[in-house]
Amino acid sequence: MKMVERETPTGVEAGRDEWEQLTLLPFTARRPERRESFRTLSGTELQRLYTPADIAESDYLRDTGFPGQPPFTRGPYATMYRAQPWTMRQIAGFGTADDTNQRFRYLIAQGQTGISTDFDMPTLMGYDSDDPRSEGEVGREGVAVDSVDDVLALYKDIDLEKISVSMTINPSAWVVFAMYLVAAEERGFDWKKLSGTIQNDIVKEYISQKEWVYPPRPAMRLVRDSIAFSVRHLPHYNPVNVSGYHTREAGSTAIQEVAFTLAAGAAYVDEVRKLGVGVDEFAPRLSFFFVSQIDFLEEVAKFRAARRIWARMMKDRFGATKPEAMRLRFHTQTAGASCTAREPLNNIARTAIEALAAVLGGTQSLHTNGYDEALSIPSEPAMKIALRTQQIIAEETGVAGTIDALAGSYAIERLTSDIEAACLEYFAEIDKRGGVVRCIEDNYFQQEIADAAYDLYKRKERHEWELVGVTKYRDNSANPHVELHHVDEAASQRQLEKLAATKARRDEKKVEAALAEVARVAATDENIMPATIEAVRVRATGGEIVNVLRPIFGTYVETPIF
Amino acid sequence: MPIKVLVAKPGLDGHDRGAKIVARALRDAGMEVVYTGLHQTPEMIVTAAVQEDVDVIGISILSGAHMTVFPKVLKLLGERGVDDIVVIGGGVIQEADGPKLKALGVRELFDSDATTQDLIDGIERVVAEFGRAQKRTDAARSTA
Repeated sequence: MKMVERETPTGVEAGRDEWEQLTLLPFTARRPERRESFRTLSGTELQRLYTPADIAESDYLRDTGFPGQPPFTRGPYATMYRAQPWTMRQIAGFGTADDTNQRFRYLIAQGQTGISTDFDMPTLMGYDSDDPRSEGEVGREGVAVDSVDDVLALYKDIDLEKISVSMTINPSAWVVFAMYLVAAEERGFDWKKLSGTIQNDIVKEYISQKEWVYPPRPAMRLVRDSIAFSVRHLPHYNPVNVSGYHTREAGSTAIQEVAFTLAAGAAYVDEVRKLGVGVDEFAPRLSFFFVSQIDFLEEVAKFRAARRIWARMMKDRFGATKPEAMRLRFHTQTAGASCTAREPLNNIARTAIEALAAVLGGTQSLHTNGYDEALSIPSEPAMKIALRTQQIIAEETGVAGTIDALAGSYAIERLTSDIEAACLEYFAEIDKRGGVVRCIEDNYFQQEIADAAYDLYKRKERHEWELVGVTKYRDNSANPHVELHHVDEAASQRQLEKLAATKARRDEKKVEAALAEVARVAATDENIMPATIEAVRVRATGGEIVNVLRPIFGTYVETPIF
Repeated sequence: MPIKVLVAKPGLDGHDRGAKIVARALRDAGMEVVYTGLHQTPEMIVTAAVQEDVDVIGISILSGAHMTVFPKVLKLLGERGVDDIVVIGGGVIQEADGPKLKALGVRELFDSDATTQDLIDGIERVVAEFGRAQKRTDAARSTA
């Protein structure tokens, strides 16, 4: 039998073999490495050393290319932060609209360049402040918004044509979007000049953030209608922000974060195409949102991979021809889940590293968490340091001066390619299982995430992944005191009074007629937005509009798994 | 008999990572675990606890509504004459609220940095001190 001869390595590989024999092995014989293997936060095994051999299969022009051109690995724009730094967009929301308006103005005065709005749980879930299910939650985790009057107060004295406004809202997004449009109109702003983003990503709600009203299929229709409406009337607005943040925060790996998010993005593309809108027409307005976790190298690679995968998917699967329709733009938030309750000031260091990864990964906007993230919603001093962290990266570190500075690193390029390959495997699995909505209904994503979360938890318990100040270097003396956000117990009462005043001023007959029209449209295939805008204009509340559709669409109940 | 725990998620908040990990870790540690799923009202939680005949209700809450939810659950238990189900909690609960909740009858609170061993030790301790086993011992003592 003929022996298959091993091909004799040449060049880098030969050099590496020689290095292992002559240098590495004698060294490790004397001083063994401290662990058998080193894994990323997501569990991918890191090699000891990456060399050109690890990226030999990659082709620079095909896989990496130039910024502002497909596949956008190096960035979505030609000059990146040399034109202007990323948008510094700290999220805020608590109490009534007036309370949050004060925080917005404080952040703008400190140099923030975009606005981001966090709503309270009742608003997010489509309940008015006076609903019994809202008790104890009004204005707690975000700002309470019941009607367009609250949106007017929320952005009072802020020029909506000059500053971009982001709104983090999902199952009731189409209603709050309508409120925003009516508020802008009543203040005399031109819809065509509004820039900003509404999260409006219902897929990841069922997967990970867990805010919902209706079942997935009618909920997808609401997303579809708001995208189609926005693309026609608001050329600079992002009507959906497809989000991996919550999936990762719920415990997924970096690969699952990218794979499930881009799969959701593809599901929206499919939905909107059903209306006959061309992909080149609306895909440029799709936007994305990822976390930046603490594993620096993996995160930088993840952002680069996400851009490349999306560009290729839009071109190959959906036939996009305009580069803008293949260009993935994203917001980033540093990882709440990486912040610890113990020694909370350590979170400043974590957040800075995560923010740097987001910038080196090419983010378009960024929220940095406050050091009090694991303890409460952020205090003003915590938000100020978080914003200063971004400003230090932009102004002092020098990283904003060159584009995609880590490109060409053997490790970064190899990790980028590996994440892309792993995501493609997930796409095939999702297709095999019948697509995104079917996978939600079958708890596929939910189980994958729960398994990954538990795996990471066990790795921490085994000290394979350490948390400084918690699992290692734990100091059991009293936890340093930090001043936290003060909950204003009177805010919910003020909100109830504002809601009552709006209801007292409105014409009930007009409200009834407008709600009936929303219900009529919901039962047809017409776009839901015009009727919703009209209902908002006559001061129908968010809860009323959401409720009128419950009998038509049904409600969603999760089958819990753990 | 293993300790039986109801892991409950009250209110509108959807942060269920911690609740699910705790449920799984306690099950792996040999306890019997029932998980309610999301969006439960205090009434639903108490009804489930009584029907499932649990030793412990563990409430996971990150929404800031803990000063509303815990008193309601305790009040409902009281109204039903249940005095041997121990109520504990975890999530994001500001330090200053801890003593207030304990004064109301919440027996133990865990923050997000608690380990599985912290949970097991804490649950075993409060069940021994306030739970059914203790009540049975007391009853036996009073009839003796």
